[in-house]
Amino acid sequence: MADALSPEFALDESDERTILRLTGDWTVQHVQDVDDALRALNVSSPLAVDVSDLGRLDTAGAFVIDRTLRAASSDEEGEPEIIGEHASAKRLIAQIHAVSTPAPESPAQDGSIMALLDRSGRSFMHIASESVATLAFLGETLATCARMLLQPWKLRWTSIVAVMEESGLDALPIITFLSFFVGMVIAFIGATTLKSFDLEIYTVELIGYSELREFGVVLTGIVLAGRTNSSFTAQIGTMKMRQEIDAMQTLGLKPMEVLVVPRVLAMLVMTPVLAFAATLAGIAGGVMVAWLSLDINPGVFIVRLRDSVPIDQFWVGMSKAPVFGLVCVLIACRQGLNVGGSVQSLGRATTTSVVQALFSIIAIDALFAIFYMELGI
Amino acid sequence: MTAEPIIRIRDLETRFGTHTVHEHLDLDVQRGEVLGVVGPSGTGKSVLLRAIVGLKHPSAGSIEVFGKKLETLGDEERRSIERRWGVMFQDGALFSNLTVRENVMVPMKEHTNLGPKISAELADMKIRLAGLEPDAGDKFPSDLSGGMRKRAALARALALDPELLFLDEPTAGLDPITAAGFDTLLRQLQQSLGLTVFLVTHDVDTLNAVCDRIAVLGEKKVLAVGTIDELRAFDHPWVQEYFGGPRGRAATGH
Repeated sequence: MADALSPEFALDESDERTILRLTGDWTVQHVQDVDDALRALNVSSPLAVDVSDLGRLDTAGAFVIDRTLRAASSDEEGEPEIIGEHASAKRLIAQIHAVSTPAPESPAQDGSIMALLDRSGRSFMHIASESVATLAFLGETLATCARMLLQPWKLRWTSIVAVMEESGLDALPIITFLSFFVGMVIAFIGATTLKSFDLEIYTVELIGYSELREFGVVLTGIVLAGRTNSSFTAQIGTMKMRQEIDAMQTLGLKPMEVLVVPRVLAMLVMTPVLAFAATLAGIAGGVMVAWLSLDINPGVFIVRLRDSVPIDQFWVGMSKAPVFGLVCVLIACRQGLNVGGSVQSLGRATTTSVVQALFSIIAIDALFAIFYMELGI
Repeated sequence: MTAEPIIRIRDLETRFGTHTVHEHLDLDVQRGEVLGVVGPSGTGKSVLLRAIVGLKHPSAGSIEVFGKKLETLGDEERRSIERRWGVMFQDGALFSNLTVRENVMVPMKEHTNLGPKISAELADMKIRLAGLEPDAGDKFPSDLSGGMRKRAALARALALDPELLFLDEPTAGLDPITAAGFDTLLRQLQQSLGLTVFLVTHDVDTLNAVCDRIAVLGEKKVLAVGTIDELRAFDHPWVQEYFGGPRGRAATGH
């Protein structure tokens, strides 16, 4: 394409008509050069185009020529007037003439205060309907779960076990590692603050209470929200996008039973297991720091932990685990089933899923804290 | 015009793991012709197309497009080749987060200096040229039917007035009237722009209406290349059944 000539035109005006003489190559690579000049063109008499010296022409070139002719002629239906010989110009311009329309007016953006109010109203209603829909989904899921549990032979054991492995067992290393480090950090904080009062030994209580009651299970919830939610939403969302879920329904399979229930049951079982492992790992992290930097012997640590931290604290922590698991799965599945046809909606659903899950876990944890405080545990 | 073929494939071998799709495959596409590629399902028609445009790396052999081997080219040269071809994929492969008009404008933005106004106008023109209503430009691909998506994909493939057009089953899933309109459009464009078209299809009507030559793929290579009449005389069970069967006969009027 090195030999391409830039497109040029010249006007040849006379009384009865104006002739537009075209030279050079009128191709998509070059029409920009003449576009503005052609737009600015203002002819009074009927316009004809002389193509005898025209170089190469493609549809983009034909389009701007046709547009110029259109703008100059008052008669919309009239055939474009082309003079001179060219290999393809006449045919191409006629072809393009048939399909080009004047550019439609794009609607102006409404930036007024009304639009703002309209948007805020809509998003408020959206939040309201979203909450109702989530609760409805919760109800539907629980009802389906209950029905399936009464008919355990109908449960999809293969997918339950697969989810247990993929989202439970495979998450074990990351959750225990994180929890171990968090346990160490708490122990360090305890050691530095309590040292000034010569109460280093209370580090044991600090770790015991915080790990058993909060950190083990909340950390598990957060990792699940990031790891499991994104994967569930993306899996179900992609199935939705590729119409697999529609296919399922026509085959008499209920997405609720096939996709949601196995995930719910698997996570109800695996979240407490993960939370338990996380708690142990967190305490192990604390034991290590206590031993290495506070000279608290692990044996002493364990005995003190047993004597001064009541077992209630462990049960408080563990009681939250299935709730967190359930919340994560519900949000993930619902967002997955909400995906529309576009890639963008898949991305949006995945983000929403993770954000909602993180938010819910922390909010529910706060509710639990108030609840158990009122109970006096 | 030179006798140099626009696509030259020599001794091509492609494989997925241990599964060989093509072996010792030779094929030439001449400048300005419409080459139809047919063959039983699973003979690697689409894979061949992907290999030519550089999406599937061949394990042996050479592919030259515009007289150049794609693999040996630098980024800049590669871009200049990509500017000269248009590819339409089987399911459209439109960018789902862009409207149809924006989809058609993507190659213009990437490869030309066109301003936003003229490219929007050109995009609208291409959309209508491909047989869509003008208001389709504002829609997202997910709002379109399968046939409309195909046309939108064609509009995008034509965005830069390519010299070489790759079409993967352009008429599959279209109603016969639309498909016939597609054939006419393709023929018209091919004549006025001097397009070279590499057309993968199963549609015997399209083959008959549009193609200058037809290449039959099978047994991992090109079984035969020729006009529809030459192929009818070709002695191979699949080719015979394909062109001699009820659909093949009806389409070609024999």
